[in-house]
Amino acid sequence: MKSYQFKTNSPEETMAFAERLASVLTAGDVITLEGDLGAGKTTFTKGLAKGLHITRTVNSPTFTIVKEYNGDFPLYHIDAYRLEGSDEDIGFEEYFAGDGITVVEWAKFIMEFLPEEHLDIQLVTISEKERNIILNPNSNRYENKCRELLS
Amino acid sequence: MLNKEEIILAIETSCDETAMAIVKNGRELVANVVASQIESHKRFGGVVPEIASRHHIEQITVVLDETLAEANMTMDDIDAIAVTEGPGLVGALLIGVTAAKSLAFAHQKPLIGVHHIAGHIYANRLLQEFSFPLLSLVVSGGHTELILMKDHGQFEVIGETRDDAAGEAYDKVAKTLGLPYPGGPYIDKLAQQGKDTFHFTRALLNEESYDFSFSGLKTAVMNTMHNAKQKGEQLSSEDIAASFQQSVIDVLVEKTFRATREYKVKQLIVAGGVSANKGLRKRLEEKFANEEVELVIPPLHLCTDNAAMIGAAGSIAFQQGHRAELDLNANPGLSLEKYAKRNKNIPSQ
Repeated sequence: MKSYQFKTNSPEETMAFAERLASVLTAGDVITLEGDLGAGKTTFTKGLAKGLHITRTVNSPTFTIVKEYNGDFPLYHIDAYRLEGSDEDIGFEEYFAGDGITVVEWAKFIMEFLPEEHLDIQLVTISEKERNIILNPNSNRYENKCRELLS
Repeated sequence: MLNKEEIILAIETSCDETAMAIVKNGRELVANVVASQIESHKRFGGVVPEIASRHHIEQITVVLDETLAEANMTMDDIDAIAVTEGPGLVGALLIGVTAAKSLAFAHQKPLIGVHHIAGHIYANRLLQEFSFPLLSLVVSGGHTELILMKDHGQFEVIGETRDDAAGEAYDKVAKTLGLPYPGGPYIDKLAQQGKDTFHFTRALLNEESYDFSFSGLKTAVMNTMHNAKQKGEQLSSEDIAASFQQSVIDVLVEKTFRATREYKVKQLIVAGGVSANKGLRKRLEEKFANEEVELVIPPLHLCTDNAAMIGAAGSIAFQQGHRAELDLNANPGLSLEKYAKRNKNIPSQ
């Protein structure tokens, strides 16, 4: 399947892009978010939360693994960093098949639990402020969303 | 307070400790039992949630028996059962909530849901009666927050971390330095032997808001170490630890100090696992030595997760008329504001 790219020139633009992405998402959507330390994964998730009209501060879910926020849809922010080397299911179904939108960081540690259909997003650092946002949909449902977003 | 004594059995299983306590009249600790899972988590360098729930299941009845035995009481002596309903890991919370509901149902006792952070704050009431308005600095692995309280059961978050919690930055920097989990105490110890030679960033220090940010500091430490490694240089772990800790403490203490002045608070209460940090304690004591604000820092056994604090917070909720039904559920995303609002809606007795 085709991949889509979008370049941003500042953290604000990255946030605005994520905010727009929120407008094409629907309940049950699952996004994986990949990027190096400082690539802007938290910034991206903050933008998504803004787009879902979530007013609470979105911060790191590393310690708690999952943080939930209430907006137009519930947002489940999962960080699988601490699950490396563990094959335990912490009840992922509840989130992935739930009525909200799930963002997963460090998804590679929980690959076996991810639903087949999801949207992979990669944040690539070009310079201090510039980022390349690469969207890899793996089903028609997500491809349509990417098209809608980038048209 | 009514004439009769009020005895609360409290249960806390939000993360890696299975804990129960018995608290009398909201302020007197009768029994306090904590079964920690830190040993098994050490292998994984963090909290692995399913392990957490399995351990809670294994330990919860043992902890209950031990708690009642320590207090020399039976369930007949208990007036109400308080339990942490959130925030925390859902699987872990569920064990405590289910145990509390079962006990409440079987013994026909009132049930009280408690917010974990409200508990951390109320741990201090076991030492010192509150005087309002008070400010609480909550620092732990999952939280860095400044909370203003104008009265019992009222919580207003005036500042919080925008990215990582202070404790999380500690754990990650510790991992980079090759220190065991949880890393806080090890960094604290190393820092005592080092100097602030690196002058890492003090994020948001000069901003007016009371929010915190520790992600940039963590990155700066990692980059510094990475660059040195590439050049084949050997950095002093003691100085890295001291510089990192100095940055965290500078920001925490300065922002807290400003907030105590702006809100003219009478008490400053420090809570959460990071309040066990010696460097932080020392700086707070120095900074507030000549202030009129009364500084309250709990003893170490009340800084980390425990159930005594849930009993203390549960007592206030109980007196304010809060009762949970038997359909009480674990609430992993429970916010303090929502919890406070719930308390406010209850007509006072």
